[in-house]
Amino acid sequence: MAGNNAPLGTPTKVTQGSQTKGGIGESTLRPDGTLKVTGEFAYSSDMWHEDMLWGQILRSPVAHAEIVSIDTSEALAQAGVYAVMTYDDLPTDVRHYGLEFPDTPVLARGRVRHHGEPVAIVAADHPETARRAAAKIKVEYRELPVVTDESTATAPDAPLIHENRTDHYAAHVTHPNILHRQPIIRGDVEEARSRADFIVTGEYTFGMQDQAFLGPESGLAVPAEDGGVDLYIATQWLHSDLRQIAPVLGLPEEKVRMTLSGVGGAFGGREDLSMQIHACLLALRTGKPVKIVYNRFESFFGHVHRHPAKLFYEHGATKDGKLTHLKARIVLDGGAYASASPAVVGNAASLGAGPYVIDDVDIEALALYTNNPPCGAMRGFGAVQACFAYEAQMDKLADKVGMDRVEFRRLNAMEQGTIMPTGQPVDSPAPVAELLRRVKAMPLPPERQWESSEGADVRQLPGGLSNTTHGEGVVRGVGYAVGIKNVGFSEGFDDYSTARVRMEVVGGEPVATVHTAMAEVGQGGVTVHAQIARTELGVTQVTIQPADTQVGSAGSTSASRQTYVTGGAVKNACELVRERVLEIGRRKFGTYHPAWATAELLLEVGKVVTDGGEVLADLVDVLEDESVEVEEEWRHRPTEPFDRHTGQGFGHVQYSFAAHRAVVEVDTELGLVKVIELACAQDVGKALNPLSVVGQIQGGTTQGLGMAVMEEILVDPKTAKVRNPSFTDYLIPTILDTPTMPVDVLELADAHAPYGLRGVGEAPTLSSTPAVLAAIRNATGLELNRTPVRPEHLTGM
Amino acid sequence: MRVNFTVNGRPQEADDVWEGESLLYVLRERLGLPGAKNACEQGECGSCTVRLDGVPVCSCLVAAGQVEGREVVTVEGLAEYARQRTCGSGKCDTSAKGATSLDDAQRWSAHGTDSQTGEGTELSPVQQAFIDAGAVQCGFCTPGLLVAADEMLERNPTPTDADIREALSGNLCRCTGYETIMNAVRLAAARQSEAV
Repeated sequence: MAGNNAPLGTPTKVTQGSQTKGGIGESTLRPDGTLKVTGEFAYSSDMWHEDMLWGQILRSPVAHAEIVSIDTSEALAQAGVYAVMTYDDLPTDVRHYGLEFPDTPVLARGRVRHHGEPVAIVAADHPETARRAAAKIKVEYRELPVVTDESTATAPDAPLIHENRTDHYAAHVTHPNILHRQPIIRGDVEEARSRADFIVTGEYTFGMQDQAFLGPESGLAVPAEDGGVDLYIATQWLHSDLRQIAPVLGLPEEKVRMTLSGVGGAFGGREDLSMQIHACLLALRTGKPVKIVYNRFESFFGHVHRHPAKLFYEHGATKDGKLTHLKARIVLDGGAYASASPAVVGNAASLGAGPYVIDDVDIEALALYTNNPPCGAMRGFGAVQACFAYEAQMDKLADKVGMDRVEFRRLNAMEQGTIMPTGQPVDSPAPVAELLRRVKAMPLPPERQWESSEGADVRQLPGGLSNTTHGEGVVRGVGYAVGIKNVGFSEGFDDYSTARVRMEVVGGEPVATVHTAMAEVGQGGVTVHAQIARTELGVTQVTIQPADTQVGSAGSTSASRQTYVTGGAVKNACELVRERVLEIGRRKFGTYHPAWATAELLLEVGKVVTDGGEVLADLVDVLEDESVEVEEEWRHRPTEPFDRHTGQGFGHVQYSFAAHRAVVEVDTELGLVKVIELACAQDVGKALNPLSVVGQIQGGTTQGLGMAVMEEILVDPKTAKVRNPSFTDYLIPTILDTPTMPVDVLELADAHAPYGLRGVGEAPTLSSTPAVLAAIRNATGLELNRTPVRPEHLTGM
Repeated sequence: MRVNFTVNGRPQEADDVWEGESLLYVLRERLGLPGAKNACEQGECGSCTVRLDGVPVCSCLVAAGQVEGREVVTVEGLAEYARQRTCGSGKCDTSAKGATSLDDAQRWSAHGTDSQTGEGTELSPVQQAFIDAGAVQCGFCTPGLLVAADEMLERNPTPTDADIREALSGNLCRCTGYETIMNAVRLAAARQSEAV
């Protein structure tokens, strides 16, 4: 028995401030923190099994070719090789998979469509044996002409990337190499243009960015006695993987048991399958556990990238600075397979006008099929490319009108009640002008910080320890940008999450157990789930069960949605558990006090309390040896598809906003950029864990910085081959490249969302890149219509 | 071939090692020490950083045969390594935990109250600081950063921000944007100096 010595059920006054500790709003620390700092946390590449084999994938060395023949005999004859499989060895008629529709071959069938496409798989007793055996597979390719951009893809005689398309986008595109096209038309652009005093146009180029998560694609498939398979894997959505894997293996879903291993980052790059099916196929073929771990080189071929884009924008404004119209065309390169391209198109189109009031809009976004690497989800998902273009336009237009660039944005900023170009009203706070005001009001970092009495500290200068300048030719610039991102899956998708919550007494203490299939990829969902359970159930101890497919789907860890949707599901399940616990309490103790029947009852600090703070019972006494468990799906409010022709529709669940101010110093002689500071202001509705929120904002900001000045997958336009698949040649920001990032967090509640929260993860990735570009333009006076900016763009060499 | 070396103070013997295997592979796949991470296996990311005879190295770039007869410290042994170092300098009884609040050390405050975190496990000051400052997200870069940061603090107990950035410039992190990592190292340094 817990609590005081008074007779059971005697109400007492609760002491002041006895709220359950570790609930929402606190910066509780990660439950997996200790394991991660001691090296004990088991990532997918750490999995190990007695007698396990190593899988290796043979990939196409060319971008587009007919496969004339494959000879695996020499590979199979190698000592230590257990299996070699090609398309012909696949066990069922289901031989394709895909996020939206199955256009991606598990192994190439007679043709490869991009550099690095999987052609064959090998299992052997040592990874090097597997690699060498794969190299002994003889594949004869007959190369085909490649399509690499809009003009080659839509030429009358262009080779078709996918012939005889049957997907549901095929019917409404003007060319089979256009994967999907979404117009957004509202108002009358021609009429509005006639009212414009100033018109600016721009053509912008956005490079191909890689997620560059550090934990490589990897996992372990273990064949089971029942003919099924247990798969330990790093992914963003277990149940989406399961839906795609099981049919290819010819197994019912319940025989493919998936458990989430430690995930070393994701950022969109783990939405699609990578080695999952290959490992399962080899495990089922050999009857042995099979581990596959990509190295970094292979990882660049093993997941989709952020769509490179060409963006054509025309804006008009009146002489008093009001936007008149927008005409935009956004061409995204989807590469060889669909992945998430259709949804990326929907985002680019519907968010293409940015967080501004523009009544007359004509936007067209489309994704191409080409022989370039497949592109799909990456943090920001279509909204990133558009933001780069419309923010460059805003600066140009402000200059033409003769207004301050921030004030021009604030004058045109959307707010709650604004109608989006899709006709959807913005029905929760949209503090765009306020975010800009805040980010501008932050104190600027001092000039020439690198100067000291002992000479310049080169570490703080462009070029750093390369010692390329001591301040000569270094110019400072400041730039601003703001962006809008949707939260959650859009366009009518049934976007739900499932949570199972149990409450019981363990060791004399009430304990909650939370079980979801949410992929923890580093974002801190596991921390937040425990916080929600403490807040709703008044417990201190919360156990977070490993994520697996023994519980219903939690949807994807993407679209900034997990705290909203799976967090919402955990909150909902906790509320249902609480109701059941209170029913038990009423049954046992209801006669002791009228408040059991009349008052609003809460669970706080292990007790049942009234909303007036009176303690009615200890949870230990209410529950005794009973346990209460609920598993329930939870949905956010429904959305609807965008109209095929006009793009009108209530397409998005929620919007999120961030603004950045970038301060850069540019060595104008060598074209080297040092970002001095990247300040961010973001509205998060409610910061469930402020430390994690700031971590998300700074991490997203840094990926945007990388896109501004260093990150780009270079694809040879003649051969469609990837030229820099390594961390030697694909650069992501180091701690030397990354500046201080002051963050100002606003909390304006969205009444539609659990706790009023707003998805956090993606918005800071949008505005970071254009803010840095604006700062570089400000420093150099150059137009800079492409990102990332390289030294030759700054020196004119 | 057979390789004999010392890992975290214990003699180890790895058999049937193929000559092309890296120290990283032997640690992870033959000795059951997966703490050193395999983010790039080309010496660019620092996630596999270990100490080899005291010097931080990318274990992916060290051939297994090169470590014959030498001493390796991995993240799994970091807490014990730090404890012995403290004992060796006569400060054995100094608890590194909670000596300085992060508020005092840095502008961003992070006071965790999750009782599950860090409970019952002895951690080195830099490990504890990474948890307290929120420097761990996905955590894949963390082991390498911890080994590198611990080594820097051993050499330079009062680093400037520029010193920290220079020392950790070989360790990539994709989640945090490094701000919380800076905070963690500042915090570890502040706690360390307070404990002196």
